[in-house]
Amino acid sequence: MSRSSDTVTDPLRPDDYVGSAAPTVNQPKLGPLGYLRFFWRQLTSMRTALFLLLLLAIAAIPGSLVPQRSADPNGVQTYYDNDVELARVLDFFQLFDVYGSVWFSAVYLLLFISLIGCVLPRTKHHFQALRSRPPKTPARLQRLEGFRTQELGGTDVAGAVASADQVLRRAGYRTERYGDSVSAERGYLRETGNLVFHSALVGVLICVGLGGGLGYTGQKIIVEGQSFTNTLLAYDSFNPGRWFGEETLNPYRIELDSLDVEYEEQNLNAYGQPLDFTANVRVYDQGAPEGVDSTIKVNEPLREGGNDIYLLGNGFAPTITVRNADGDVVFREAVPFLPQDAQLTSIGVVKVPDGLSEQLGMIGFFYPTASELETGALASTHPDLRNPVLTLQLYTGDLQLDDGIPRSVYALETDDMTQLTGRGTDIESLVLAEGDTVEMPNGLGTVTFEQVDRYVSLDIHRDPTQGWVLIFAVLAVAGLLTSLFIPRRRVWIKATEGPDGGVRLEYAGLARGEDPGLERAVADVAERHRKALEKPGA
Amino acid sequence: MTETLDSLSLVGVYSAMAVYTIAFICFTLDLAQRAAARTKVTKEASERVLVSAGTVPGRHPIGHAKPEASADAERSPISKLERVGFSLTALAFAVHLASVILRGIAASRVPWANMFEFAITATVIIIGVFLAVQVWRDLRFLGAYITGFATLALGVATVGFYVDVVPLPPALQSVWLVIHVLVAILGTAFFALGAALSVVQLVQARREGRGTAGPSWLQRVPDAETLENLAYRVNVVGFVFWTFTLIAGAVWAERAWGRYWGWDTKEVWTFVIWVLFAGYIHARATRGWRGNRAAWLAIVGFSAVIFNFTIVNLFFKGLHAYSGL
Repeated sequence: MSRSSDTVTDPLRPDDYVGSAAPTVNQPKLGPLGYLRFFWRQLTSMRTALFLLLLLAIAAIPGSLVPQRSADPNGVQTYYDNDVELARVLDFFQLFDVYGSVWFSAVYLLLFISLIGCVLPRTKHHFQALRSRPPKTPARLQRLEGFRTQELGGTDVAGAVASADQVLRRAGYRTERYGDSVSAERGYLRETGNLVFHSALVGVLICVGLGGGLGYTGQKIIVEGQSFTNTLLAYDSFNPGRWFGEETLNPYRIELDSLDVEYEEQNLNAYGQPLDFTANVRVYDQGAPEGVDSTIKVNEPLREGGNDIYLLGNGFAPTITVRNADGDVVFREAVPFLPQDAQLTSIGVVKVPDGLSEQLGMIGFFYPTASELETGALASTHPDLRNPVLTLQLYTGDLQLDDGIPRSVYALETDDMTQLTGRGTDIESLVLAEGDTVEMPNGLGTVTFEQVDRYVSLDIHRDPTQGWVLIFAVLAVAGLLTSLFIPRRRVWIKATEGPDGGVRLEYAGLARGEDPGLERAVADVAERHRKALEKPGA
Repeated sequence: MTETLDSLSLVGVYSAMAVYTIAFICFTLDLAQRAAARTKVTKEASERVLVSAGTVPGRHPIGHAKPEASADAERSPISKLERVGFSLTALAFAVHLASVILRGIAASRVPWANMFEFAITATVIIIGVFLAVQVWRDLRFLGAYITGFATLALGVATVGFYVDVVPLPPALQSVWLVIHVLVAILGTAFFALGAALSVVQLVQARREGRGTAGPSWLQRVPDAETLENLAYRVNVVGFVFWTFTLIAGAVWAERAWGRYWGWDTKEVWTFVIWVLFAGYIHARATRGWRGNRAAWLAIVGFSAVIFNFTIVNLFFKGLHAYSGL
């Protein structure tokens, strides 16, 4: 086997691939271009790729140890609350944003450059190999793997070679005759799969990057009976990608009819555990101005207007009415309360800036199934509405809504306010069952707990490249399977005239990469060849 | 009904543990016993190798003569203890499998929705893969490791992770629970076998490097190069399963959490493991890394799998929280 024929059909691999020739020691002096080439070769070598892979594995770990802004913003806040100095140091090293950090990006970008630098020349080379013929038959087959001979009568050399050609072709080999021998190669798909796998990874990376830039995610809370229109202002929170344009918000409206929740009643080990959440919605869009009934469930998002709409949370929204001393309604709203535990004890905030003698703030606790503990405190004992009770702590003073700083609707700054009811004051918190109305202290007026509805918290996403990511992922798997399990091998059959008039046949193979089944394959070829020669015409 | 089936299943798990323990003792005694018997046979075998190498000079590359020698060794009569150990493992597997199925019937769903169920199902599949692999290759010398591992894992699961049967929370009610987790378990099973082969390979390579007889049980197992090839093939299958796990997990995450990838702690570790084994496959093809270093990578990779299941589940905050455990 000559070296030149080998370089044509061998997959082009980095210098430090196990099978390639050992590096030569005497190196010429390098100019600037030479150094560039040298660094490029270093970057695209197997050793560098391996090093970068291991570095990537290690670099990914801190993101599981330290909370990430993208996945767990509250965790990051806790770090800041507990130890500002430490949090600042961690933040300086971008440890709260590991996967967008400079150092993590550097590792994976280098890895992908190295990968592309390896894949591109190999692709070119592979195209050439696909068009070239199998190499010349080596002079001495007995040095090769799986070598075996057999002598057969009843045929001549030319017939045996023709039949060998046919047998190999039928077994999926590409063949070429050299004199009285056949050279055959198969398994080009192995290298194709390898290249497809690596290219697909590049595809995944590009699509993920583009998707993050072009898409957006938003959150919206909808109380039963209310609706959401897909416009920028309607979102409770909205995180656009870098290249987001408002025209990608397709017009549609979703109305929440009801949220059905089913609880476990039979199994005492899981009593009260939610079994199913179903949001019954009506969707209005240009295609269906009358509206179409639909459902959103956990694990069953609604696909609408280029968006994926997920049911990610739920809770209770008591409708609270505040009247002033004259009996005029100054506030009436279904206020979403945030669940605090599995029994859906929930906390909510009411802010009444106008209509009363002072600005009024309320911190409310809602218990869907209230029962009194021995200490006299209330607690919820079931997440369903069996005995809904609302308690309110009242604060008067400045709600700080006018200083231009955005304030969370779920938090009340009580530092500069006067507490009227609840712990620390002479007056107990206001306690209301559904339908109750109570007087507020200081002659402020009355509060009514009108009714309670459920609300859903929806995540609304647009990711235009999601489908492409999946396609590339599937391609990667297909490439991986072919590159790992299709053996690439060469097989030679050589015929010479035997001493007693028959034909002496030699068989041998050569593995190209991992090929544990080579010997068996050669034996199999020999067996088939024998059978083909024994019944001519078959 | 549920509780009866569940307690029956638990009895089954305990019984399987007991039988695995006896099998473990048999396998270990066998390793110790082979030792003494081997010294004599090795001498004969090495003479045979010399003879065959002498008759056809240059026929085989050096690396090639060895597997034949060890194949000869494997063909020598299997010890009685090993056979008993293997039969007991098969028996324990049957009991174990039955109790896993009972647990599934008790819960009327797949038996891998929490850590306890995952642990008993994963061990039964690991044992199943170990038994099935024997058809392909005689790897019974790993019996002590595998049965020891199963006993330990079941012990930790029953003592530490046991939870009563509870219905699936809505987040887990998905066909992807079946696919994603099952494939993850299969991947784990192959990585477990691969790591064992790599450990034996490292010990064997050290013995071969020193040229001494070393611990005598090693003379009965294949040489380091054969072990490396076996480990590679097993780990590659594990890697394919792991890739499926990653993708199936991403598809499920998209449906359940609204994004296919969000660097949740469990996602991070699944990714780390995937990259480690990708590194292992590259190491196999990199000069200077093939052999011991690649073996170390496979072992580190499997350790990461175990870490991912235990430490990450129990102590790291993330979305893959199991109900109760």
